[in-house]
Amino acid sequence: MELPIKLRLPRLRKRVNRSLGGNMALFGFLAVVGAFMALPLVYAINNAFKPLDEIFLFPPRLFVRNPTIDNFSDLFHLLGDSWVPFSRYIFNTVFLTGMGIVGHVLLASAAAYPLAKHKFPGRGPMFHIVVLSLMFTPAVTAIPNYMIMSWLGLVNTYWAIIIPAFAYSLGLYLMKQFMEQIPDALLEAAKIDGASEYRIFWSIVMPNVKPAWMTLIILLFQMLWGADTSGFIYSEQLKSLNYAANQIVLGGIARAGVGAAVALLLMSVPITVFVFSQSQILETMATSGMKE
Amino acid sequence: MAHSPQLNRPEGELRYSSKEPKASLGFRFKRALVMHRHSYILMAPYAILFTLFTVLPVIMSILISFTHFNMLEFPRFIGWQNYTRLFLEDDIFLIAVKNTLLLATITGPVSYIACFLFAWLINELSPKVRAFMTLVFYAPSISGNIFFIWQIMFSGDRYGIINGLLMKLGIIIEPILWLKTEAYIMPIIIIVQLWLSLGTGFLAFIAGLQTVDKTLFEAGAVDGIRNRWQELWFITLPSMRPQLMFGAVIQLTTAFAVSDVSIHLAGFPSVNYAGETVVTHLIDFGTIRFEMGFASAIATVLFIMMLGTNLGVQKLLRKVGE
Repeated sequence: MELPIKLRLPRLRKRVNRSLGGNMALFGFLAVVGAFMALPLVYAINNAFKPLDEIFLFPPRLFVRNPTIDNFSDLFHLLGDSWVPFSRYIFNTVFLTGMGIVGHVLLASAAAYPLAKHKFPGRGPMFHIVVLSLMFTPAVTAIPNYMIMSWLGLVNTYWAIIIPAFAYSLGLYLMKQFMEQIPDALLEAAKIDGASEYRIFWSIVMPNVKPAWMTLIILLFQMLWGADTSGFIYSEQLKSLNYAANQIVLGGIARAGVGAAVALLLMSVPITVFVFSQSQILETMATSGMKE
Repeated sequence: MAHSPQLNRPEGELRYSSKEPKASLGFRFKRALVMHRHSYILMAPYAILFTLFTVLPVIMSILISFTHFNMLEFPRFIGWQNYTRLFLEDDIFLIAVKNTLLLATITGPVSYIACFLFAWLINELSPKVRAFMTLVFYAPSISGNIFFIWQIMFSGDRYGIINGLLMKLGIIIEPILWLKTEAYIMPIIIIVQLWLSLGTGFLAFIAGLQTVDKTLFEAGAVDGIRNRWQELWFITLPSMRPQLMFGAVIQLTTAFAVSDVSIHLAGFPSVNYAGETVVTHLIDFGTIRFEMGFASAIATVLFIMMLGTNLGVQKLLRKVGE
């Protein structure tokens, strides 16, 4: 590793091999496709600010003409009336999501490190089974899953959602693929300096794959934030925000405006997490030089 | 713990590090356990939970596929009957397989290439614009069940956006029932599925591109790489092989498992089963007819289809940049 020397080199031109014409064409293309992809965001934001008569306007329109915040004030009135305090739903979802993410990122990364960097008997089969499990349709494992939960006595607790989240296949696969790219020399050097395997994992491997676990946090957040918990949780006070939000929308036509406001609020949280994580990914990489 | 450079070693290949003397199996097992104890300790918590909550349910489902199980009575073993019924008697399953293969062969490769292409193009932008553009492209994936927006687009009356546009331009005179006409259902599902497909694979590529060593590009320019396409093929793609593998598995698995888009746009069941996929077929038997044994057999067949395709694709991807 010649890292210190590399950092002292004067920065070259930011990117080599770029022509102005090519740049213009590519960015034009990106803008056009981007407008098409941004449709749901535009629609959700506009809908939340539409007065009731505009929501039911026929033919429907994408953009709001007379924006109002009535939908949001109606929503807060409704929340005040709910039987279980609304903050409880928020706590439930934050707790489920937070625990699930922390547990999965830690356990999957710890398992991914030896799979990516050590040779030991059972390594190949273990990895293949994890990848294979991604290909099995979850719809049919719901019943066996329920049976296992009930044997373990986890039905109707937070843990019925949290613990299976620890064991998703996605994170292990993602982390293992990124860890493979860490130069062996870096790990060898740490070992020569007397670092234990656990120390190497925590202080060298994990910081070097920050883009991977930041990405994993985004993906898990989305999965758990919107998770359907109704299969395992029955007590009203343990139910998720998503469930409560759906109940509001079930009010039908009279609640259409509130529903649009709820949709926007629910969506804004994953988006905030997403933007934060993305900026973190870009920031780490600007300062690190992990390759040999 | 001995390990040697293994960056270029093929995925998952198992090779024992030292020349083992012929010792008894028990002894070798014990020695492996001691020698690699740190690896096993690091893996243990995940491995236990994974076995319990993923491997076990999958094995149970495969076993259930050999039974008659209506979720009320105890499963009754019936051998291969679910499978013979699936292939010999169930005409709709054949439609479902045909539609699924069509979806997978189009949306699989196209979405995979799109994920990489857009991730790569976005990576050319300055960091602040990059974060914003990533959000814009990822928006359909982050917004949950947002595809109802396409119902407004393809609405069958004259107020549907597509119909309105075509009538204004004089291309059609009468509105078209887009989502109720057999010929249009599959193309529409494919378009919407593609629109939704910049998901997990796309994010993995974005993150992967951040880990490519920037000095390689400067070195490449000195070595005679002249344009961005050469740079892509000779430097970027080979540096990202692990992410490319990951993306391939994820995008293919998604392409084979299309169901939500079909159910929400084409209805469930769709007109003359024109939008039926293997997974909607499975949902039909599993959650509506309560034939869990039969549904599990469908899942097992789908699993084998995905497995075969993935093995082929992985073999292909090893050739990138060589």
